[in-house]
Amino acid sequence: MTTAHEEPLVDTPFFLAWIEEMATAVQVERDRLTELDAAIGDADHGANVDRGFTAVRQALADGPPETPRAVLVLAGSTLIRKVGGASGPLYGTAFRQMGRTLRDAPEVTLAELAVAFDAALAGVQKLGGAAEGDKTMVDALAPAVRALARAVQDGSKPEDAMAAAAEAAAEGARATVPLQARKGRASYLGPRSIGHEDPGAASTALIFAALRKAAG
Amino acid sequence: MKKLINGVDTVVIDALRGMAAAHPSLRVDLDNKVIFRRDAPRRGKVGLVSGGGSGHEPLHGGFVGYGMLDAACPGEVFTSPVPDQVIEASKGVDGGAGVLHIVKNYTGDVLNFEMAAELCADESIEVASVLVNDDVAVRDSLYTAGRRGTGATLFVEKIAGALAETGAPLADVARIGREVNERSRSFGVALTPCTVPAAGKPTFELGDTEIELGIGIHGEPGRTRTSHRDAREIVRLAMDAIYDDLPLSGETLVLVNGMGGTPLMELYILFAEVSAYLHEKGATAVRSLVGNYVTSLDMQGFSVTVCRLTDELTRLWDAPVETPGLRWGR
Repeated sequence: MTTAHEEPLVDTPFFLAWIEEMATAVQVERDRLTELDAAIGDADHGANVDRGFTAVRQALADGPPETPRAVLVLAGSTLIRKVGGASGPLYGTAFRQMGRTLRDAPEVTLAELAVAFDAALAGVQKLGGAAEGDKTMVDALAPAVRALARAVQDGSKPEDAMAAAAEAAAEGARATVPLQARKGRASYLGPRSIGHEDPGAASTALIFAALRKAAG
Repeated sequence: MKKLINGVDTVVIDALRGMAAAHPSLRVDLDNKVIFRRDAPRRGKVGLVSGGGSGHEPLHGGFVGYGMLDAACPGEVFTSPVPDQVIEASKGVDGGAGVLHIVKNYTGDVLNFEMAAELCADESIEVASVLVNDDVAVRDSLYTAGRRGTGATLFVEKIAGALAETGAPLADVARIGREVNERSRSFGVALTPCTVPAAGKPTFELGDTEIELGIGIHGEPGRTRTSHRDAREIVRLAMDAIYDDLPLSGETLVLVNGMGGTPLMELYILFAEVSAYLHEKGATAVRSLVGNYVTSLDMQGFSVTVCRLTDELTRLWDAPVETPGLRWGR
């Protein structure tokens, strides 16, 4: 990562490192995600995201893209094409929308990254129709996106901004425990979905934890 | 976990290899994971494509053939297929009359078929969709993902497939599919959970004397849990839930469906109770299907699906069909 005085920049290697950290994190946490999904869904979330990010890792290794935009668009389309379930299109759309918002340059500013994250959230909400409080990945994604935007406004360093986003995502995921699901497969359970962490929010928290790790 | 598999990561492809070897009437594309009718595409005939997670066999691959589906896209176990599969399937069955996607209402299936339909449009393939949502256990409201698609999927595939075989246009085939869905309702009950190979253990826990009411077909827990009781009472719980939503009278088509681990003898015991229940309400099961058709791996339990027939629907149900899972009249 490059840190200029005025405009903190984030470069392609950072995005590659982020995805690498993500792939590792979902692999390590695969069983936990599946257990969360078994409680209120259908016990495939860990396997799905692991398969998806393994495919992304492979696609990036096969032809390493040269800009953050290209990294994110390739990651997104790979997830859409390889994962299936709801998480494939939703995460795929998130990364694709992020990428498509960025200029096709080898480095982007932290402010541009914050805007891209906002586009990811909008894409996920448009496709899945979930609002905050529905007990979905949006409950981790939305606060993380807000935290990042706030940190950028406050002029935080990239690593601090990303740490703030990771904190907010983790907090958002934890806060899904007492909620009743209103979208996705857990919604079939009605009140019985209360008392469990949403697996999609949990994997989103991992993605932001990976962001913090990649930022060092 | 004890399963007859070679490895948890190859269950889907290994089963597809078996389908290919067992059924010469099918053409199985192992690379794209699509099961085609061997003679697809048929010039001038609407192509029917369905798909969904694996683990529900014979749904959908077992219903590919004359008078039913033209192609099926099996996803990973309990995971919807990916758009690439659906696009390959749609391309492969488009005989110029358009393609009908039959989609069970689960978030993943809906999203992946939606993305595929958009991409098909880019390639000038005309696509219409029928969303199946027959499961009365889920309240259809803003606060859920909506009713799930279960047993009625088989009815939609059979009846729309029969109409497509007559050369009817896409709009008509879609309309009859929607009509079947609107006239059908289902309810499922589990005695045991099922075990997804990759998870290696049961999807939920159920005590020896407990049953789960209002289950879907992905091993997800149901609406409520209650104590186990005799077949007559269980059928009454299921049929009351259906009847409350769609009063039944006249001629009906009834599917008593095993979830994969239920003896056929027990399904017939259930069918007798369903038949008696209908009689009591002034309805008759004039057409029926008893067996394992829309399964949930090795789950013990059943679902019951009732469709209120019309003369047209009965005629199309009776039309010849020749697939690995359903065949008559030909």
